[in-house]
Formats: sequence, structure tokens, C-alpha cells
Amino acid sequence: MNATSHLTPQEIVDSYRVTFGDGLVEAKITERGEGTKKVRGYNIWLRFRRDLFRPAIQKLIEIRFPHLAVIAGNDLGSEIELLYIFSVFYGQKFGEYMVTIGVRLPKSDLTIPTITDLIPGALFSEREKQEFFGVTVTGIPDGRRLFLPEDFPQGVYPWRKDETGIPPEMVKNLWEVGRPKDRPAPPVPEKAPAPQGKNEGGEAP
Amino acid sequence: MSAEKTKKTIPYTVPIGPVHPALKEPVMFTFGMEGEIVKTVDFAPGQTHRGIEWMGMRRNPVQIVHMTDRVCGICGIVHSLSFARAVEQIVGIEVPERADYIRTILHELERIQSHLLWAGVAAHELGFDSLFYLAWRVREQSMDLIENLTGNRVNYGIIQIGGVRRDISSEQRPLIEKGLAYYQGLLDKMATLFLEDSTVRMRCRDHGFLSENDARILCAVGPTARASGLNMDVRQDYPYCAYGDLDVKAILPPAETGGPRGDVYDRIIVRLLEIGQSVEIIRQCLESLPPGEILWEPKMAKLLAACKKAEGEAIGRVEAPRGECMHYVRMAGKEAPESWKIKASSYSNLMSWIPMLQGEQLADIPIIVASIDPCLSCTDRVAVTRNGRSAILTKEDLTRLSREKTRRMMQ
Repeated sequence: MNATSHLTPQEIVDSYRVTFGDGLVEAKITERGEGTKKVRGYNIWLRFRRDLFRPAIQKLIEIRFPHLAVIAGNDLGSEIELLYIFSVFYGQKFGEYMVTIGVRLPKSDLTIPTITDLIPGALFSEREKQEFFGVTVTGIPDGRRLFLPEDFPQGVYPWRKDETGIPPEMVKNLWEVGRPKDRPAPPVPEKAPAPQGKNEGGEAP
Repeated sequence: MSAEKTKKTIPYTVPIGPVHPALKEPVMFTFGMEGEIVKTVDFAPGQTHRGIEWMGMRRNPVQIVHMTDRVCGICGIVHSLSFARAVEQIVGIEVPERADYIRTILHELERIQSHLLWAGVAAHELGFDSLFYLAWRVREQSMDLIENLTGNRVNYGIIQIGGVRRDISSEQRPLIEKGLAYYQGLLDKMATLFLEDSTVRMRCRDHGFLSENDARILCAVGPTARASGLNMDVRQDYPYCAYGDLDVKAILPPAETGGPRGDVYDRIIVRLLEIGQSVEIIRQCLESLPPGEILWEPKMAKLLAACKKAEGEAIGRVEAPRGECMHYVRMAGKEAPESWKIKASSYSNLMSWIPMLQGEQLADIPIIVASIDPCLSCTDRVAVTRNGRSAILTKEDLTRLSREKTRRMMQ
């Protein structure tokens, strides 16, 4: 396996800065300590220009083969941001960092190349992003749906915040279901139904 | 099922699933069989996707904490802890030290009960029912302890943003110590029963093999990855809660047992050893339990106001009994988070089923599927399609196949 010796979070950011220059749009390091000794854990956040996304992941693999936790995403309005959340240097006492590689895709062109040729375990998460964000992963070896049922309508993407998100008529609120009719009478008489027209906590119809 | 699928003769397509009555989170398997041997494996999770992330993006963080309790039916703490840790980082909440320790104690008690639950399921799948009863009997001790500390057996409701909701009193400490002594005395017996039993060895040794490289590239986590020799444990690698103060080492199958080989047997070893490790961690935490507050802000309105103002993104991750559990949260100065992604540990482990199951026999499916301790297991009904005619086998039939194999091997 490739094995660069252990780097500090700043060294990782610096080496990305050297390789990608302005292509590295944003870089930050956050840290957190808990318990009595407050031993620090580090998270590295890197956001790249769209075309540098695959080279950025290839570089991470050169540093140390990472563990891909998941691909998260944000609907930012006109863009979808995908965040590939990795961890590197596991196996070293308190030496592991989270490395998040972010890339923004305009909603007019929601395509991203697959990384399953680099990290086969990414398939699961890529399939999920296709169905939940409506992103097209080009070159994905298995583009079927993952979690959504087969009869789920096409063109509805649950995590989108625009008109392609879940429409209100698909939301079933538990309190609207009422008591099943084929049951014995309840031991305590039911209260009169609440006044209609209020949708507390749910989507407005 | 489509017409061209039912027309196939060899390999036979054996769909299994999608519902299993005993364990949650159903999954649908489709096996391509040649005789008894599994050639291809495909599975479809999400048979009961509840859209919890969607619901969370419409609720405030305190409401979500209670929802995260209900993500999993066994891990009552890992999701709420991951989510709370992510929000605490965004808001900039300093969790009191005592709360960090109480979180750690409950986190480890949960590992004990989860591993024992799994041990029972594994024994049951092998047809070793007396061991299944024993494992679930001794699991009750940890469930009682959790109930005593949190008030609940499942869905503990103990985590709050900024701390925990219940303290550990001085009267409760002897109870915990008694429980720890109970498990300490039991570990050798459990190890003997599982690891020196020739039937368990025959059924599990060199079955469900996952190589170290496959574990790495398929992003496996937890005991599944460690049994394949991957030195990875969030408690060791990445400090959180009280683990930064402790000396936790990832448990790999020891060399004297011939490990790590990456088979079902190694996964049993790792989990059994981890029960002992958890007992040790709880003991250390009790010894050095710091005094002080347990909540950053007990007034809910103040807590919510602080959360509402916060902007930023963070990752909260913990080592769940099944491996890394991770929540990504992004907040943008609104009541509800802008984004929320849950990554449960089984999410990372399911893909390793494919190399594990290929080349194995139909009767080995239950124990191999169970061996990653999925948040779902084995099968409810099996529809066997042969020459265009399908017959429905029940979960009992598949368990029977597994048990008959055990008996054949014992003769």
C-alpha cells in the first residue's frame, strides 16, 4: 500500500495548496477536545473547483488510502454541494483526521464522475446521492435505486429544497390517519376532534 | 418478478426477503445459485426507509435528538450522541466533563448489550439454542443497568445537546460495579462456550471470508473490519467524550487464535473480547468520574435560542457497537438544520456481504449475513424460483437448512 508517513492537518492542507493552487477554493481546519484532557480531534474541510474533484481524491489516496464514511450533500439553491467525507490515518492513536472534500455542481448540470474505480465502497453512497439529490454519477457501475421503493415517482428527490423535493401531497401525517374503524370501542371515550385547518409542525397543504 | 428473470434455469435465482420478523431494517437478497453454491449476490436495502433525515430538516435540534434515539432499535445512544456532538461543535458548546464520562459509560454498556444480543442471534442461527438462551439471559443484566441509569431499556432519552439528562448518583455506583463484576466472571465461560465448541468452529472457521484489502476498499467498519485485520476503531483513532483520557486499543483477532483471518469465527472473537474491553472502560470511567454539572444549559429555551443563531457545519462520529457511526449537520441560522446526513455503521458494512457470501452454501447464508451484525439479519421468507415455478420458503425453512447442516457436520 501507499504509505506517506503521518502528516499534521496543516501539512495536509499545505500539500493540497501546493498541488492545486487556486483550484482549492476553501480550506479550513476545525478541532475539538472533550473529556478532562481535551485531546484534540481534527477535521479538515477542503472545497475544490469542480474539475479538480477527482485529482483531489486521487491525491488523498496517495497520502494514505482513506476510509470513505459517506457522501453528504447540501442544496444551496442554485447549486448542489456534495461532500465526500473521508478519514485518513486510522490505526494511529488519536492520529486520525476527517478530510471532507467538497464540490459544487450547478443545478443546470448535475453530473459528477464516479469514484468507484478508486474506492469500490463508494458505490452505496453514490447510488443514494443519485436518488436523493437527482445527481447523475457518470460511469457508475450500478445505477439502480438504493433506498427508495421502485414505485417512488421519477423526478422527485427527497433532499432537494426546490420544486423537485417532496411535494406536500406525498406527506402523510400520523395524526390525520385517525383510529381504525374495525377496532373495539376504546375504554375511554374519544375526545371531540381538534378544529380543522391547522397543520402544526407539518407542511402547509 | 419480470418474465426473463423467471425463465432462467442455471444459475437459479433465489430471492430472500424483504422482511424478517425478529430484526429490524429488512433487506431483499437475490442469490444466483449453482446447486448449493452462491455465485452472485445482490441486495436491496431500504425496504422500510423512513425518511428520518427529511423529517429532521423540518425540526429543531432538541426535537431531533429524540428522533435520533429512534433511528436504531438496539443502538439507543450512538445516533443521538453523534448528532449532539455535531450540533455542539457548530454552536460551540463545551460539554461538562462529567457528562462526557456518563456518555462514555452508557456508550460502553450499550456495546455490551449489543454484542451479547448478537452472540445470541449467531448461536441461534447455528442451531445452538442453549447458548442463545444463555447469551440473552446474561444480556438482561446490562439492560437492567441501562434501565436503572436512563429510565428506559431502549430509546434511552439520555442524551441532550450539551450533556446528558440524568446524572449517576452515588447509590447507583455499587449497582454498576456489581454488573461489571458479573460480566467479568462470565467472560471466560462465554469464550469457552463459543470458541472451544467444535461445532461453532466447524461452521464459522473459514466461512464468510473478507480479506483485509476488501475490507479497506469496501469501507467496512467496526468488528467486521477489525476481524479482517484492519486496525480501526474510532475510540482509538479519534478522541471524543472520555476516550481521549483513556487508553483504548482496537481489538484485532489475536495471533494465538490464528487470526486475523477475516472469517465469521474471527468476528465472534473480536466481539467477545470487546465485551471485556467495555467492562474495563466503564470501570476506568467510574474511578475518574469528574464532579460537576451534567448539562451545558438546562433551560430549553436558552439552548434552542443558541442553536437557532448558529451557523456552520460539523461532523459527529462515534464508534457504535457495529462500527463508525457518523452524522453530518449543517446549520444556517434557522431553527431546523439545513442538511443532515446519517451514516449508520451497517451502511458501511453491507457491501462486504458480496465477497463474503460468494462461493458459500445456501445453508451458510444466515450465519454469514448475521456475522457483520447488520441492523437487519437473514430472512423472513425465501421465494425459490426454479424453472419458472416459484415456491415460498419461510425463514424457518432456511434456519432449518442451517441447523441440518450443523447436525450433518456433527455426525
